[in-house]
Amino acid sequence: MDFTHNHFELFGLPQTYALERDRLDSAYRELQNAVHPDRFAAQPEAEQRVAMQWATQVNEAYQTLRHPVNRGVYLLKLQGIDALDAGNTKMAPAFLMQQMEWREAIEEARAGKHTDMLDTLSDDLRAAHRRIEAQLAELIDTAHDFATASEAVRQLRFMDKLIAEVGDVYEELES
Amino acid sequence: MALLQIAEPGMSSAPHQHRLAVGIDLGTTNSLVATVRSGLAVVLDDEAGRSLLPSVVRYHPGSQVDVGYPAQSMQNQDPHNTIVSVKRFMGRGIADIEDVASLPYRFVDAPGMVQLRTSAGVKSPVEVSAEIIKALRQRAEAAMGGELVGAVITVPAYFDDAQRQATKDAAQLAGLNVLRLLNEPTAAAIAYGLDNAAEGVYAVYDLGGGTFDISILRLSRGVFEVLATNGDSALGGDDFDQRIFCWMLEQGRFEPLSACDMRLLLTKARDAKEALTEHTEVRVTAVLSTGEMMDATLTQTAFNAMTASLIGKTMAPTRKALRDAGLSVDEVKGVVMVGGSTRMPCIRQAVADFFKQTPLTNLDPDKVVTLGAAMQADVLAGNRAGDDWLLLDVIPLSLGLETMGGLTEKVIPRNTTIPTARAQDFTTFRDGQTAMSVHVLQGERELASDCRSLARFELRGIPPMVAGAARIRVTFQVDADGLLSVSAREQSSGVEASVQVKPSYGLGDEDITRMLKDAFTHARDDMYARALNEQIVDAQGLIAATRAALAEDGTLLDAAETAVIEASIAGLEKLIAGTDHHAIKRGVEALNAATTEFAQRRMDQNVRRAMAGQKLETFG
Repeated sequence: MDFTHNHFELFGLPQTYALERDRLDSAYRELQNAVHPDRFAAQPEAEQRVAMQWATQVNEAYQTLRHPVNRGVYLLKLQGIDALDAGNTKMAPAFLMQQMEWREAIEEARAGKHTDMLDTLSDDLRAAHRRIEAQLAELIDTAHDFATASEAVRQLRFMDKLIAEVGDVYEELES
Repeated sequence: MALLQIAEPGMSSAPHQHRLAVGIDLGTTNSLVATVRSGLAVVLDDEAGRSLLPSVVRYHPGSQVDVGYPAQSMQNQDPHNTIVSVKRFMGRGIADIEDVASLPYRFVDAPGMVQLRTSAGVKSPVEVSAEIIKALRQRAEAAMGGELVGAVITVPAYFDDAQRQATKDAAQLAGLNVLRLLNEPTAAAIAYGLDNAAEGVYAVYDLGGGTFDISILRLSRGVFEVLATNGDSALGGDDFDQRIFCWMLEQGRFEPLSACDMRLLLTKARDAKEALTEHTEVRVTAVLSTGEMMDATLTQTAFNAMTASLIGKTMAPTRKALRDAGLSVDEVKGVVMVGGSTRMPCIRQAVADFFKQTPLTNLDPDKVVTLGAAMQADVLAGNRAGDDWLLLDVIPLSLGLETMGGLTEKVIPRNTTIPTARAQDFTTFRDGQTAMSVHVLQGERELASDCRSLARFELRGIPPMVAGAARIRVTFQVDADGLLSVSAREQSSGVEASVQVKPSYGLGDEDITRMLKDAFTHARDDMYARALNEQIVDAQGLIAATRAALAEDGTLLDAAETAVIEASIAGLEKLIAGTDHHAIKRGVEALNAATTEFAQRRMDQNVRRAMAGQKLETFG
């Protein structure tokens, strides 16, 4: 199996954080069409096994590029940087303050069972998420400032956790 | 004039000939079988023209077994030996079954999966399900006039690994080659989507006799992509019957019920529920074996009130699935209703209220899953070319491992597209530790004890090191059936252990072989002849496929490589002429091994072609 390509090359995409989602999606479908095990169900076992390995690899590449945090981590890894290195925890104080405020707001919504408050919060978090994504494109694709980009990736991961927490509270309030 | 070729009965057909394949919906209440004939999916009926096969099996003392209507008609008289809704017990232990007390069976607590004591002996739910599949297989082979090359068997999307594995075992026990396990809502989406040339985001709300699934799919240019799925594998029409049953007990204030009377009232409860689909009230009457009588009226309003919480139980997973898909209600273009239970007006209303649109009910909710499965079976058997669609399905529940302190570490999160593989590194916690126990779990809960235990295995022979120095990589691979296999490897020494997650319920390959043997000693088939025949068909198929591949892509190999494959083919052909099915099996394995590198090169070529097309499209 030829796995020497990186994920961007596999899909024929430029190696940038900014992503044309439609191009990724259509390249993904095209590739899965060629390698998916359903295409080989009537074929000998050897071909079925290769198909499963390839389809697994294509899924992995797609999930990595599609997901904003994973794509950032992967691009930085191609630069030899481990953005999620446990020793690397630098984070702007202003961002940490904002984090705490959001956490408190989630707790308040949970305690008071305010789903409308969750709705607003959810919108705010998603907007902040999009802002960091835009920053990341700038930092990685234009400025090549990988140190600051690593911090932005970690911020983005924080945002994902917050958004998941909001989801958990929705679930709790609905049940 | 060219002569038409006719293969010897039961012998192989060349790859380009139509291969007989079916889709089977193994339902809680009813099962069905369908196939594609002249490009059209059709449900196959029994001799009496009925398409539904009640999922009921009755065991007589000795070897006689009734399946379907004859069994169903005796369920009130012979409740211990007449098994209904066996799907609810698949891959389940006795502790998992909520209403044990109100079921008329003699349960036997067995490791992993519950068993049932009948007059023909103790039966596992896998064996009972195999009887249903066998009946459908016979129906299909009679209707289609030949042996099946394989079947797509549908399972609830929310079935976990143990339930899926049990289903696959049942099909194998019934002598079927499983082309794929297919999620029921996905099957319905195929049937609906292809019928209506649908594009966009669709929800499939599937409430069957004993299971509930909700799947959110994106349909786009022939690709059916499942975005998220959720459900409850122990919620269905049977629970609505139970509510009416409890209401009857309140109305009648009966003495403790015998098994017969219990089954009688459950049957009456189901009749009442079905009547309330068309009528606003129904009179419920019954005479018990004790002479006690019941005569009461149940209104639709009262029924809705007593089942409202059940409907609520379907809405929580629905919200979760939408959230996992990252979508809001307004983005859902249509809601397809599947499963007999979606005939209930209260369900249709609740779904319409939630999605703010009238749900789609134009396909028969009992048949849509089977039809979709038949279409997929036709594709997988290789009967179509070019215009195929592609399914991208997901796993419904997260897969993980137990870590220190009884916690769950998720390795593959729910709603990950399959096939998928994920590796996670672990280390030892004691100095000189030489073995590590791997406990595989499925579920969303944090405590390992709250998740389903799928398998345990041990990695031994780790070289002694200080705590934390060993690096043990555990790899999870989920195949296109949604079935998991796990392997563990110590990185520095290369010590390895792996397990096909053949479950804690204890039906190993040997058990299956034994049960197959039992089954065939009672049947007319000569087991040996059958095994030989199957091996020959297999081998001929493999040779034909390999020759076709050589003709198409022989240029990918050099002369020496081609010679090795040719020699394997020649060897296998010699073996086919003999009668040793074990030898033929080894020959098949040898040819498979000889073509592995060839298969990889062919796939690389496929990928290059796919990407070349892609680039032309993008840049052209």
